[in-house]
Amino acid sequence: MNNVFVYIELENGAVADVSLELLTKGRELADTLKVKLEAVVIGENLAGIEKELAKYGADTVWVADDKIFAPFRTLPHTAVMCGLIEQEKPQIALFGATPVGRDFAPRVSSALHSGLTADCTQLVIGDHADPKTGKGYTNLLYQIRPAFGGNIIATIVNPDHRPQMATVREGVMRKEEAAKPHAGEVRKIDWQKFVKDTDLAVKIIDRQIEERKINIKGASVIVAGGYGMGSKENFQLVHELAEVLGAEVGASRAAVDAGFTDHARQIGQTGVTVRPKLYIACGISGQIQHTAGMDQSSMIISINTDPEAPINKIADYAITGDVNDVIPKMIKYYKQNSK
Amino acid sequence: MMKKQLNIVVLAKQVPDTRNVGKDAMTPEGTVNRSALPAIFNPEDLNALEMALHIRELAGNATVRVLTMGPARAADIIRDAMFRGADGGYLLSGREFAGSDTLATSYALSCALRKIQPDLIVAGRQAIDGDTAQVGPQVAEKLGLPQVTYAEEIVELKEKSIVVKRRLDHGTEVVESPLPMVLTVNASAPECRPKNAKRVMKYKFALTPSEIAAAPDTEAARRATEKEYLQITEWAAADVNPDPQQLGLAGSPTKVKKIENVVFQAKEAKKLTAADCDIADLMVELIASHTLG
Repeated sequence: MNNVFVYIELENGAVADVSLELLTKGRELADTLKVKLEAVVIGENLAGIEKELAKYGADTVWVADDKIFAPFRTLPHTAVMCGLIEQEKPQIALFGATPVGRDFAPRVSSALHSGLTADCTQLVIGDHADPKTGKGYTNLLYQIRPAFGGNIIATIVNPDHRPQMATVREGVMRKEEAAKPHAGEVRKIDWQKFVKDTDLAVKIIDRQIEERKINIKGASVIVAGGYGMGSKENFQLVHELAEVLGAEVGASRAAVDAGFTDHARQIGQTGVTVRPKLYIACGISGQIQHTAGMDQSSMIISINTDPEAPINKIADYAITGDVNDVIPKMIKYYKQNSK
Repeated sequence: MMKKQLNIVVLAKQVPDTRNVGKDAMTPEGTVNRSALPAIFNPEDLNALEMALHIRELAGNATVRVLTMGPARAADIIRDAMFRGADGGYLLSGREFAGSDTLATSYALSCALRKIQPDLIVAGRQAIDGDTAQVGPQVAEKLGLPQVTYAEEIVELKEKSIVVKRRLDHGTEVVESPLPMVLTVNASAPECRPKNAKRVMKYKFALTPSEIAAAPDTEAARRATEKEYLQITEWAAADVNPDPQQLGLAGSPTKVKKIENVVFQAKEAKKLTAADCDIADLMVELIASHTLG
């Protein structure tokens, strides 16, 4: 009881990276709180899935295995999660901030009247005193996230409601196997108790899911373009530099919103978090929304016409100049000097 | 026989324009000066409005009304929606709602929606001031309705159900949901139609009762009082029969413990120009240090 829950998301039958990252963080939280880490898997053909989850620290693996659970649908997953939480009363429940987690975790929180913080960038255990009543709380989950378009960092707590729920984006937390495998004891969820016929009302008619082609998370060099690239046509320059350097292409949210490139390339709080060896920011102003997803890069080069652009505060090299001028020169001098 | 009217409600929010935090929006201490940010129609709620107007066209016999919770000035986005094609709107406003987190917000909206009894609720996926994407699903749960999130396109509107294409990270899914239900609309859905000049002329005097009371002797107030289509419905908390414990700060399980303004810590960046020699030196250095190549 009062353990830490992690909802395990499946991608083509395999455990999603974000869920392993959450288990790694969940293990750390459970150790601090001296409680168990429990994984919750809802899907089909799940035999043996506990082995990988145990490696990442799961003491218990709750399983609801039936064809009605795959592909993911909101209502049956919500019903199972709510039923199990009411039965087991975890103190913390973590979800990936993926299309799945962001779809059904709010529903779970609404049904249970427990607070949910979206897109956390840090999760820490700490104490809290209510500023009005002075009432003290120990061992709460600090849910830390940028807010207000990334202009502030907020620490959120849920003093009086359980579970304390949070979503975290893929790549934000580190993924690391536990020092030694944990028990990963399988326990079947008595899901028939929780799922009603009306939960099956929404039908999936068609699904077109592509393999992930873009892998910016694993790239050692990233060339990223921002709104300052000016246009979709001009964004091509970012691709040209990336190709010459053998790098992946990333983008800021402003560039994605403006339609310069795909959402899959978005780096930042509402996109992917990356830690490459080299990050070249082209025409990116550097709002915290973006820098939260790349400030762990080993080296940062910024190209911006504005010498005061916030990105320059975290850059190792700040080039003041026009991307249309600087990028072709970088290509030229890289080609001249390599090999 | 005339088909039953399909009543659609769009959930919309007036938000500070956090996308364009310019230099004047920052104080000398590097903190946000919120009053300097313009209040705008949340972008994805405009996609939601467009989808609702499109569904109204598919249905033939249908209405689209906007429901928003906010201060008096949030009536601006209801007028904006009317200029673009909405039939009217509801403003849910009062001190009781202050300090609401997403859960208290969705509770308040669900109380208003119980009163309206729409056949379809359409909301933007998320608002740019919080980016949580929680209110749509939380409202659906409170009303016990099915939901379809990240809607991009209406494939078919049937008498008792709706077929929707939704956008996922790496693909799309087509789903059919019975009505009534909640749709949340993705930014990749069609953009909202612009304001229509004739509608602007017709609805520019649409006012809430508070706005009429604040300036009763104006031409606008006189017109709005005479014509029912110019009256924006305004509800206080008591009008939607809520449990007061679930409203505002009291009804919010999440509490903000601490807010830190982001002030960038300056680190010594090596400053370069766009001159050939600077760029050439940099590339040589990157190759020599094996950062590149």
